[in-house]
Amino acid sequence: MDKTLNQDLFRKKKQFLFVTLFSFVVVYVVFSQFVGFQFGAAIAAIPQSFVWLFTNFIPTENSIQSLPLILSKLLETVLLSITATMTATVFSLITAIIGSETTGLNKGTKTVARVFASFFRNIPIVVWAMVLLLSFKQNEFTGYLAITFTTYGYLTRSFMETIDEVAGSITEAMTATGASYFAIIFQGVLPMVFGQLISWILFMIENNIRDATLVGILTGTGIGFLFDLYYKKFRYDMAGMVILTIVIIVIALELSSNKIRRMIH
Amino acid sequence: MVQRQSELELAVTETVLAQPTKIRRNAKKKIRIRVWKTYRIVPWVLFTLLTSISIYTLFTMDYGEVVLLDATRQFFTDLQRIFLQPRLSGRFSFETLLQALGMTVGLAVITTLLGGVTAFLMALFTARNISHSGLSNAIRTVMSFIRAVPTILWVMIFSILIGLGANAAIIGMSFHTIAYLTKVFSESIEEIDSGVIEALRACGASWWQVVFQAILPSCMTALLSWLFIRFEINFTNAIAVGAAAGAGGLGFQLAMTSSFYFDFHEIGVLVYMILAVVAILEVVAIRLRKKYIIHA
Repeated sequence: MDKTLNQDLFRKKKQFLFVTLFSFVVVYVVFSQFVGFQFGAAIAAIPQSFVWLFTNFIPTENSIQSLPLILSKLLETVLLSITATMTATVFSLITAIIGSETTGLNKGTKTVARVFASFFRNIPIVVWAMVLLLSFKQNEFTGYLAITFTTYGYLTRSFMETIDEVAGSITEAMTATGASYFAIIFQGVLPMVFGQLISWILFMIENNIRDATLVGILTGTGIGFLFDLYYKKFRYDMAGMVILTIVIIVIALELSSNKIRRMIH
Repeated sequence: MVQRQSELELAVTETVLAQPTKIRRNAKKKIRIRVWKTYRIVPWVLFTLLTSISIYTLFTMDYGEVVLLDATRQFFTDLQRIFLQPRLSGRFSFETLLQALGMTVGLAVITTLLGGVTAFLMALFTARNISHSGLSNAIRTVMSFIRAVPTILWVMIFSILIGLGANAAIIGMSFHTIAYLTKVFSESIEEIDSGVIEALRACGASWWQVVFQAILPSCMTALLSWLFIRFEINFTNAIAVGAAAGAGGLGFQLAMTSSFYFDFHEIGVLVYMILAVVAILEVVAIRLRKKYIIHA
C-alpha cells in the first residue's frame, strides 16, 4: 500500500516537472516569434559586447576630470531617494496604522488604505514620472514626487504586514489593561515595529537610487540625466565612470544597511 | 527577537534571584523602565539622521520655474482626464495597443524564462550547502555588481551594440533578472533540509543526481513562485525600457502620447491597460508568496 503511494507521489512530481518545463518551452517559442527575438544572434553578441564594453567604457584621465560633476549629481540622486523615502514613510505609517488588520480604526479605513496602497504601487514609476512631467515640468521636484508615490505604495503594504505580524499580541495585551488607542499605538505598536521599519526604509532607499536613475533620464535631473547626456554624445568613457560610481554607492549602501540590520535585530 | 526575549528573561531571573536588588532610578526617583542598548539607540540615531537629511534636501531642492500651487491644480485636472475620461483619439487603434501590450508581456516572459534557467544553474554553484565556498563567494560578488547597475542602463549599453529593439531589451533586462534570481534561488536551495542531501550523498549519488533528485523536487514550488514575482517586476521594467530607451512595447506608445501629443485621454487608456495586467499579476503573486515562500 505504502509502496504504491510513494510511487504515485514520485510519478506525480515528475509529471509536474515535465508539464511545467514543456509549457515554458511552448510559451517561450510563441513569444519569441511574436516579439522577434533571435536567441542565437543575441547570445552570440554577448561576448563581443563585453570586449567592446571593457575597451570603451573604461574611464580615462579625461573622465576623471569630470569626477566632481559626476559625484555632485550622484549626491543629488542619493539625497533625492532618501528624501522621497522619508516623505513616503510618514504618509505610509499613518495609512498603515489606520488601515492594518490589528490597529485599523474601522472597516472603512482598512479598505481605503488597501485601495490607496495598491493604486500607488501598481502604476509603474515611469507612468507616474511621465504624467507628473506634464504638470510639474522637468525638475528635481517631479522626480521626487514620482519616487514618493511608488514608495508610498510599497511601504504602506510592507508596514501593514509588519504591524499585523509583530504587534498583534501587544495590542491585545494593552487593550486588556485598558490603554487608550493612542497609548497602544505610541507605547506599544510603534516601539515594537521600529526596528523593522528602519529595515524597510533602508531597503527602499537602496532600491530608490536605481529607480531615481531611471526617473532622472526622463526628468532631466541627477545622475540619470548625466548618463543620458554622455550616452547621447558618445562619451562612453564618462558614461562608464557614471556606472562605476553608481555601483560603488549602491554596494556601499547595501553593505552598510546589512550591518545596521545586524545591529538592530 | 528571540535573543531579545531571552535577554529579558535572563534579566528577570537575575532580579528575582539576586535580592535585594539595586533598582535604577532617575533624577526624579522614578524607576527607570527603559534600558538604552545598541539595538535601541541605532534606529533612533539613523532615523534622526535621515529625517534631517530629508528636511535639508526639501529646502535646497530644485523646484524649477513652475508655481507649485498651479502645477498641483493642473496635476489634479490631468488625473481627472486620465482616470475619468479615458478614450482613444484615433492615433493608435485599440488593436495596435493590444499588440504593443503583447510585446511588453512578451519581453517580460522571455527575459524571465531565460534569466530563470541561467539563474538556476548559477544558484547551484552559489548555494553554500552544495557548492564550494570560494566559487560561491566569487559568484555572489559578481552578482551584486550586476545588481547594482540599474536595468535601464544595461539595456542602453546593449542597444549600442545589438541595435535598439527586442534583442537588446531582452539581453539588457536579463542581466538584472539573473542577478536577482540567483540570489533568491540560492537562498531557497540553502533552506533545504541538509539531511536529504546527506542521505543521497551517503548512498553514493553523484552531484547531478543530488540536484535532480533532491534539490529540484524540494524547492520547485519556491523557485516557481520567485520566477513569477520576477515576471511581475519584469513587466514594469519592460514598460520603463520602452519609454526611456525606445525599445518597443507599450512604453513607447506611452512616451509618444505623453511627451509629443500631450493627450491625457489616450494616456488614460494606456494606464488602464497596464493596471489591468499588473493587478492580475499582483493577485497571483500575493497568493503564491503566502502559500510557498513565507513559512508561517
